[in-house]
Amino acid sequence: MNIMQPGPFKAANYKSDVTPVWCPGCGDFHVLLSLTKALAELGAAPENVALVSGIGCSSRIPAYTNCYGFHGVHGRSLALGAGLKVARPDLTVLVMSGDGDGFSIGGNHFLHACRRNIDMTYVVMDNRVYGMTKGQPSPTTEPDWDSALSPGGTGLSPFHPLVIALASGANFVAREFSGDIKGTTRTIVEAVRHPGFSFVEILSPCVTFRPDERAWKTQTHVASVEATDDPARAARRIMTDDGFNTGVLYRGRRKPYEHHVTDRIVDPAILEQEFAI
Amino acid sequence: MTGIETAGELLAHAYQMELEAEERYTYLAQQMELHNNADLAKLFRDLARVEGVHAGDILEQMKGMAVPEIALLDYKWSGNESPEALDMGDMHYLMTPRQALLLALKAEQNAFDFFNHLLRATSDNEVKRFAAEFAEEEQEHVELVQNELEKYPESDEPIRDDMDPPVSQG
Amino acid sequence: MMPDKASNSASRSILFAIVGSGGAGALTAGAILLEAAGKAGWYGIMSRSVGPQIRGGEAAALVRLSTRPVDCMAETFDFLIAIDWRNADRFAAEMPLAANGLVIGDPANGDAPDAIVGTGVNQAHIAMKELAGSLPGGRENMIAAGLAVGLTGLPIENLTSVIASKLAGKGEEAIETGCKCVEIGSHHAGLLEKSFALETPAASQNGRWLITGNEAVGLGAVRGGIRFAAAYPITPATEVLEWLAPALTKVGGALVQAEDELASINMAIGASFGGRPSITATSGPGLALMVESLGLAAAAEVPIVVIDVMRGGPSTGIPTKSEQSDLNIAIYGCHGDAPHLVVAPLSVADCLFTAQWAVHLAEAMQTPAIVLSDQSLGQARVVIEQPADVAFIARRELFKDAGDEIYNRYAVTGSGVSPMALPGTTGGQYTADGLTHTVKGIPSSKNLDHREQLDKRYRKIADFDYGNHWAAIEHNGAAGTHEDFTILTWGSLTGAAREAMVTLADDGIGVRLVALRLIAPFLKDKFLAAVHGSQRILVVEQTHSGQFHQYLRANCDLPGEVRHFHRPGPQLIGPTEISTQIRNWRRS
Repeated sequence: MNIMQPGPFKAANYKSDVTPVWCPGCGDFHVLLSLTKALAELGAAPENVALVSGIGCSSRIPAYTNCYGFHGVHGRSLALGAGLKVARPDLTVLVMSGDGDGFSIGGNHFLHACRRNIDMTYVVMDNRVYGMTKGQPSPTTEPDWDSALSPGGTGLSPFHPLVIALASGANFVAREFSGDIKGTTRTIVEAVRHPGFSFVEILSPCVTFRPDERAWKTQTHVASVEATDDPARAARRIMTDDGFNTGVLYRGRRKPYEHHVTDRIVDPAILEQEFAI
Repeated sequence: MTGIETAGELLAHAYQMELEAEERYTYLAQQMELHNNADLAKLFRDLARVEGVHAGDILEQMKGMAVPEIALLDYKWSGNESPEALDMGDMHYLMTPRQALLLALKAEQNAFDFFNHLLRATSDNEVKRFAAEFAEEEQEHVELVQNELEKYPESDEPIRDDMDPPVSQG
Repeated sequence: MMPDKASNSASRSILFAIVGSGGAGALTAGAILLEAAGKAGWYGIMSRSVGPQIRGGEAAALVRLSTRPVDCMAETFDFLIAIDWRNADRFAAEMPLAANGLVIGDPANGDAPDAIVGTGVNQAHIAMKELAGSLPGGRENMIAAGLAVGLTGLPIENLTSVIASKLAGKGEEAIETGCKCVEIGSHHAGLLEKSFALETPAASQNGRWLITGNEAVGLGAVRGGIRFAAAYPITPATEVLEWLAPALTKVGGALVQAEDELASINMAIGASFGGRPSITATSGPGLALMVESLGLAAAAEVPIVVIDVMRGGPSTGIPTKSEQSDLNIAIYGCHGDAPHLVVAPLSVADCLFTAQWAVHLAEAMQTPAIVLSDQSLGQARVVIEQPADVAFIARRELFKDAGDEIYNRYAVTGSGVSPMALPGTTGGQYTADGLTHTVKGIPSSKNLDHREQLDKRYRKIADFDYGNHWAAIEHNGAAGTHEDFTILTWGSLTGAAREAMVTLADDGIGVRLVALRLIAPFLKDKFLAAVHGSQRILVVEQTHSGQFHQYLRANCDLPGEVRHFHRPGPQLIGPTEISTQIRNWRRS
């Protein structure tokens, strides 16, 4: 076991005094708990951590922490996070999203964030439903799930976030179950530490619109095999598992994004010389 | 095999367990307050208070002892978190006090089991002494919850329906 | 005065076009001539008109040279040199020749199309292809440039030095051949009966710059303090971003190419939240994608600058041509009440000032600023006096850790501006939010919080001291009488309006100009003072529906009699058209 020295902060240092509006029983409470524990493990001062989110139940999470937060518009959290991290590489940036925010309206940004490989962590709390709008199917919802907006189900194949992350170039791919606080905490710590873009999908039950997801507690299980750095093996495993394997599935070795850095910063006045005739 | 070998380690675990239990009950009390279930809010506040007192007692006992600082992920719980922390995933805002107490009972029972198992597994006398003491205290918590439970008639009534539709917020 | 018509005596302004297709190099010839004229001490402006092809299409370089600074094209052309005539009639409407103008074509390509020649225009034939072919590696476009040199009296040595630097990578031989072609062309121009000689320029005070509006916007932004840009390419704004990419690296900043405009604006907002003054540049279609997030920046009070280089709209419209029709979306695009800034440069040179000012305003008020440039400014290349250095730089009011003090990110202050905590500042942690929030930033749906925050955001832009920069207010100096006219316009049409005023002054017609640089907020009191006493107001704008006129009408009661001259792109409203409007009004 990897023994970590206790850091200067406790999980409680990362909590704000705002009471979450989530329904009691919601998996996102667990994610908040794991997140604050993970930050304590990482030892980053709360003021040096920024949590960026979009719209949805899960995207409410930044205000429940004592970190800097940005609760932006629907679907664009990865872009907000990318701009922030490039402008402020000194910060620990985590983008917190849900399956509707991250995979539907924000789906294109997901692909390009994986590809861009900026050193930040993307946590998606996947409950396979739009909760804030009272229960519509999301990209990860099963095709036969009945709802007012899609009577009888959508009939559509669910989106496979882990495979898509892998194919798009994410450098770290993991799945967790929100109720496994220790596992989730450990994986968030590792995701933040891993260079480049780290993607953690957390199965986080919606007890209000998907009460069936309470069963995830017994359905999910820690994967019995170690993570791989071979994308082909990782893809095969992800495609053939039962969807409830948890743990780190892929640790890549791609070089993280960096913008060209000059060794000599010039006065803006120098730029004007090109215009003189 | 529990992995806990010294009395100091045991005290660190016991203290952390009480802290997390207090924190968890407080957290649940806040959730119930926000969802306007006053009975449960009060119940969880009361339980939090008990755990808080207990944590304070352990802190007293730790004085003058060599207690290691343990990183959050390095606590040697048998499950994925501290055994006395009630699983928030089991919550519902329309739970009755009886239903909530049954969950609390499970948490207190888990805490008892933790110390009781240690008591039987360890060969260190000091560890044995503290494990016995904490197991006894957890047994008291179990009884406390059981006494509370007696106030409510036994029932297998499911969680009742909310007659209002959910509210769209996003 | 600035004569619209050329004559054989030396004049102060000439306008000509060089056209050609299939990679003939008309645009390069125009660019070389403009730069050479700048070196010779003249001023100038060059725009271009092109076909829809990426490469090898028909292209026209439209060049105006002058002894005085020029901010616009004129309407009628003195001469036109056609390397060939393929599809040149496409440009006929954009380059009408003056009655005594001159068209030079290559006899190998036959006569000029009727659409171009019109009536009373002189035609000449010069065998450009054959002349170029007499030298190994000779090019027709350099012959054409030589013809323009001969016709305008541009000192040839200025041209050869520009050619030497432009063709530096192609070897000595290419430079020598280029220069020889110019000499040959110039010699043949001398054989023609007509000449369009420009007066000798006055000596330059501070030296001249050669710059495009898009480059000037980029430079202004960097001068103002921009250190982060997010980019998604779009015509005609891409050059802003392409200029910023290496420039930002040099000054220690960064540019990131985004996957779309939804991402680029959010990247800019994210970077600015982190404390780096941030920008993105786009055109109408991109701005349409950005408006939701502009509202976020307004609500979360994160400063950003968005450059919109307008093109013909709606939808894909005309990517390569100018229009002022994004005015409405820039002012009103956001849902909800989202006070923000809309500014517009008044000339190519002013792109620098206005972009720099926009950075200053956005940062000072912690709100988005949209800069409405357009294709006619952005892609025009001009020779100007070196611009003065202005003092505006980004200065954001920041929260500094003061110990035990409780920090309220959205504290209600007198000015409406609340000190902003940057990530990394101890004790300043807050969550920026697009949800209506309390002073602490906590989501709230309470009446009081909503009202208080809306009031504060409104107050910070309504009460700000914009100084005298909000508009250009000028008079043409003709004796003020009760017959005085006032021209109300904005942005890129200011140059044409100014030039119209000069010709009207020569006819003794007094004209006042009020050209808005600050579009939103609308400074009603200052505006009404500026137009006070106007008897006849002519509102001039380049839109089909009259967006600017409606905006003025919605915000105040204009004094006197009001007429409205508006037209969509792509044909730009020119100075003669404006002066004609006023002359006709006076007669009626």
